[in-house]
Formats: sequence, C-alpha cells, structure tokens
Amino acid sequence: MLAEIRAKSEAGKRLDRADGLFLLTEASLLDLGALAQEARFRRHPEKQVSFVIDSNPNYTNVCITDCQFCAFYRRPGDAEAWTLTVEQVLEKVESAFRGGATTVLLQGGHNPALPLDYYLSLVTETRRRFPQVTPHFFTASEIMTMADVSGLGMPDVLARLKAAGQTTLPGGGAEVLSERVRRRIEPKKGGPRAWLDVHREAHRQGFKSTATMMYGHVETPEDILDHFDSIRELQDEHGGFTAFVPWSFKPGNTLLEKWIKTYKGPNAYLRMLAASRLYLDNFPHVQASWFSEGKRAGQVALHWGADDFGGTLFEENVHAAADYVNKTTVDEIVTLIREAGFTPVQRTTEYEVLKIY
Amino acid sequence: MLAASPAPPVIRDSRLAPVWDKVQGGIRLSREDGLLLFETEDLHAVGRMANFVKSRLHGEQVFFVLNRYVNPTNVCVLSCSFCDFARKKGEEGAFENSIEDVLDMIKPGTREAHIVGGHHPDWPFDYYERMIGAIHAARPETQIKAFTAAEIDYLWRRWKIEPREALARLKKAGLHSMPGGGAEIFSKRLSKELHYSGKADADRWLEIHGIAHSLGIKTNATMLYGHIETMAERVEHLVRLREQQDKSGGFLTFIPLAYQVGTTKLVPRQTPPTDDLRTIAASRLMLDNFPHIEAYWIMIGEETASVALHFGASDVNGTLEDEKIAHAALAESPPGLAQEQILRMIRDAGKVPVERDALYNVVKIWN
Repeated sequence: MLAEIRAKSEAGKRLDRADGLFLLTEASLLDLGALAQEARFRRHPEKQVSFVIDSNPNYTNVCITDCQFCAFYRRPGDAEAWTLTVEQVLEKVESAFRGGATTVLLQGGHNPALPLDYYLSLVTETRRRFPQVTPHFFTASEIMTMADVSGLGMPDVLARLKAAGQTTLPGGGAEVLSERVRRRIEPKKGGPRAWLDVHREAHRQGFKSTATMMYGHVETPEDILDHFDSIRELQDEHGGFTAFVPWSFKPGNTLLEKWIKTYKGPNAYLRMLAASRLYLDNFPHVQASWFSEGKRAGQVALHWGADDFGGTLFEENVHAAADYVNKTTVDEIVTLIREAGFTPVQRTTEYEVLKIY
Repeated sequence: MLAASPAPPVIRDSRLAPVWDKVQGGIRLSREDGLLLFETEDLHAVGRMANFVKSRLHGEQVFFVLNRYVNPTNVCVLSCSFCDFARKKGEEGAFENSIEDVLDMIKPGTREAHIVGGHHPDWPFDYYERMIGAIHAARPETQIKAFTAAEIDYLWRRWKIEPREALARLKKAGLHSMPGGGAEIFSKRLSKELHYSGKADADRWLEIHGIAHSLGIKTNATMLYGHIETMAERVEHLVRLREQQDKSGGFLTFIPLAYQVGTTKLVPRQTPPTDDLRTIAASRLMLDNFPHIEAYWIMIGEETASVALHFGASDVNGTLEDEKIAHAALAESPPGLAQEQILRMIRDAGKVPVERDALYNVVKIWN
C-alpha cells in the first residue's frame, strides 16, 4: 500500500480515501514522514522553511455560539466579557507593527452588538495607518455574523471588506469539516457548508485564505478525510488556499474537558502533517508550528512534510484561555528553523519572500 | 501489515541501502556505517531501520519503571566542565545526606531506587556499604541501582578498595544493579578539554562494568552527547561499549544523555530534537548486543521521547521522582512524572506500555 501511495504521489496522481485512511491509521510514522518529505521537496526543492512575523490579537470575546471546545468566549453580559473599540484594536495593530509584524491575524467572538461599520473601519484604518501590515482579519463564521447583523448577504460583506482593503482571510473556525463532528461540538456554528461557502466566495472574489483543522476531540479518521476532501475539492475550483494549518485541540477550561482530558501528542501531529502534505496535493504550503505542540515537536515536524513554521504570534489569547501558553521571538524562530536543518525565510501573509536568512 | 514480514523502509539516501541489508541480515555495522548514520540527511530511514531492530527484539512493547532518584551528596572533588550539580564541601548549596535522610527519600513500595552522587572527599567506603545495607533492610521490595563506575573507581583512588571487593561487598549488602553514568564520552581529547580526566577513563570505566558483570551485577551504559564532541567520537564510544558487551554481556540498557546547557554553557543551546532522535536510532543500530536503548525524557523532553519510540527506543526510564542532576542544569522537563503521564507518552506513540523492575522483569503489561 505504501509503495502504491509513493508511486501515485511521485506521478502526481491524486490519493483516494483508502490511501488517506491508510496514511492516517496504519502507515509507519517514519515511512509517512519520508514520503511527505519527498512530496514537500518536489513542490519546494529548496531546503528552506518560511515564517511570518505576526500577532494574533482579538477584538471581542463576546460570543453567542457556545462552542464546546472554546475557553476564550464569554456570553453577552458576562462579567468577563469585553469588546475593544476600533482605536483600541488599532493600538494593538500598531504595537505589532512596531515589533516588525507584516501580518495581523485578527479574530473575535460572534458579537451581535457590533455593526458592519466597525469591521470595515478596522480594515480601512489598518490599511491607512500601517500599509506594511496585511489585515488578515475575520474567520468565516465572523463573516456570517456580519452578514446577519447587516442584513447584507455574505458575498456583499466580503465585497465591502475587499473594497476596504482586505485581501486575505484566516482559516480558523473550520475545526473538523464533518457534519457529525460539528453537530457535536459546535451545533450553533452551522455545518461544514457554512465555512466552505465563505471561503469559496472569498476565493471567487480574489481573496486568498488558509484552511485550518483542529483535531484531537471527537473526530474519527473518516471525519478527517471528509475535511481533507472538502478543502481539496474547493481548492480545485479557485486555488485560493495558500496553506493548510492543523493543530491539536487544547481541552483546558472548555466544556469538552469533561470528556477529553489531554491533547493529542506529537505523534498524532506528525501523522496529520504528513498525511495532509500527501493528500492535499493542490495546497502549496503545509504549516507546522513551534506554537501548538511545543518548540521541539515543531522542529521535528519540519521533517514531516511542513515547509512553513507559522508566525511569531506576539499576542495570542485563545490557546492561553485554555491554559496553553508558548512564547517566542524572531531570533528564536530563526534559530529553531536552522537547528532543524533548514534556511529560514521571512514571508508575507501571502507567502511572498521578504528575507532569506 | 503483518509484523512477520515488515515492509522495507523508504530509503532516500542510497548509501544506506547496504546498511539496511546488513541490518536485515543481523550483520554487525562498521565504524563507517556508524558515521554514515550520524551524517546522512535521511533521518527517516535511519529511524526506520532502528525501529525494525527494536520491533524484532521487543515488538510494540516499551518499558518503564516506577523509580525514585536519590542523591546522597552533591559534594564532589571533581570539577567537570559540563556539571551543574556538584558543589565543594562547605560551598553554598552543598548537601550531605545521612542514611536516615536517604531512607526517608525512598517511599515504601518503590520499585527501583537510582542512587548516584558526587565524589565525596571524606565519606569512607563503609558508609556506602552501610547505606545500601540499611536501604535493603528497610525496603526489601526496592531494587537498589547504585553508584556509577566513576564512583566505584573513586573509592579505589580515595580508599584503595579494589572495585571487585567494593562491588562484591555492596552486592552482599543489597545492591541489585549499577547505573550507567560517568562514562561521559570516551575520548582522551575531551576528558582533558572538559576536565574530567580525574575520573575513570574509558578503559577503567569499561573494566569496572566488566567486573560488575562477572559478579552477576547487571549495569547500564550512557553517553553524554550534544556538546563539543565529534560524530566520530560518538561512534567510537558506541563501538567501545559494544566490544565490552561482547566480553562481559551484562549491560541492560544504553541511555544517550543529551547535554543540558544550564549554566555551564559549553554550547549556546541544547542539541535539537532531530539529533536526539538520530542518536537514539544510531545507537540502536550500532549496539546490536544491547537489549534496550532508552529515550531519557528528563533530558530530551516528553514530546521527543514519545517520538523516539519510533526511532528504536524501547524504554523511557521511569517516573524519576525527584531527579536533580539534569534539573540542576535547568532541564525544562518536570522533575518526575506521574505514572499516568508515562503511560500517555508511550500510548501516544501507539506502543504498549510494560511496567518493569530494575532488571527488566515484567511487572505488568498495560493494555
């Protein structure tokens, strides 16, 4: 089976679900890594690993969606609920900019009290004041919230954000794109279509975006293959995904913690990265992270098909709410990539090279 | 896939093909093969070959022990450049435990006590002998793994007790096995440069383990890597251990020890996890006569140790309650893990946890 998969991958033939299932459940972890590296070097022959200088602030933790995996949100009216003004968010953008960030990944809860103008101002003002910073703002479900509060359709919301200067969308909120999983852990967020439709429309309008996956809770390998299949099919339509970014669910302080006590370890992470590199044949980049599984596991992950090391994440609040904290600096990222045997490359949100170290 | 007919590994560096042939045929690897294992960029193939050997020996099983670390003293006459643990007598932070203190540290029911310490200038041999005797009397259920070859050699230097006599008397007092520390790296160049030339050298360290083996005392072996040693020095170290094992056969486990930068800072940063994985795999392949290779989570971290179970490691040491030496050098791992966490480290890698005693007798196979 492994030899067949290797031959298919070499010939540029698409892997089917049986192949995917084998990679996710049976393949030896090291053979999987070897095949993923072959596929990675066919696409990116240079021994380089890219990263972005970025920050992940949030504009509100108010949310009405009650996802079971989330430790970050608070219901409207909760004593710990907060929402920043446009100026307060811009201060965070400025602070990221001063730290050298070229990307600000901004996301927040689904707060029905915020009007569409609030979001549009965030984009306009970021572009106006900090032209070097790409506003990588708002996940699919936030776009749907804007559509709801404004009464405009989702395509119109995207068009207005684009007119305000937004060119990319972060891929969060996908979790696992499977009806079964989403009904169980995020029943109010809609099925896989809700996320896929926003990205399809965004790509159609010329946005670039990423696809993420948060695994390690109630999903089965079949659910993961559903996820892979949907984003691979969508990528065939417009090619708007830059990267696939998986991470493991962190159960601290979430409703799911009652059933799931610990997060999946590094072996599952390596398997996920390598399987995605082989299966998602039309994705340019696969992102490993120093952040989500630890710095040393992140270094190992660069040998399991990933060609990108994510961002510096100067500010991060969502994992932190689950009591998972990990910090770094640009210098440390450069060192970690070098130690793993690669040349560090600083990139933009859209993976253009800024600096080769 | 059937365990009986494992698929061949994916080999991207063709120079490894002849090594794979040897590994399959059970043919001993040469020094040149060893160097290649450390130098090739094909980390996966090295790991995969090591995993083949590990699976042939132990299937999917990975061993651990519920153990406790005991350091009778950190007072030491040596000044090894890589050590953050040792103190001079009277220096701040120096400690000297009484036999009662040591007994207090070993809770009833402890499966294994791992006892190592500094080279104390004044403690006579009979103090060590009484300590072992007292532990054995108070905790007959505890297996005592005590004193490195370096300490045994020091007892000769200081008190002129021949190692054979020392070990025979300690065994009689209740010693079960010997830890593998104090080997550092077998290199005259490094023993001078890193100031451990006052300690048992390679010949002496190996001689003492040979004596222990002849007395029926099983031992472990270590190698301190990831500082300023060369790959050739690592290979030489492994070859020396392999030769000794051919002669005396009493080594149970080889434990590669990743140098902890701490405050000694021989290098700016700890060696990366890819080097840990490679070193474990290369050791598994070179040490064809060693039953086990260990992923020592205290020094390489739990994540890397878990991944190392695919790179030929068949043991994760144990719970290591109250570990002090790596933590004196600011190791980032927690000072001891609950059994639960050890099980998770093994299960995350898809392996079967097997609780063992100090001599690798199976206590319990966990499902």
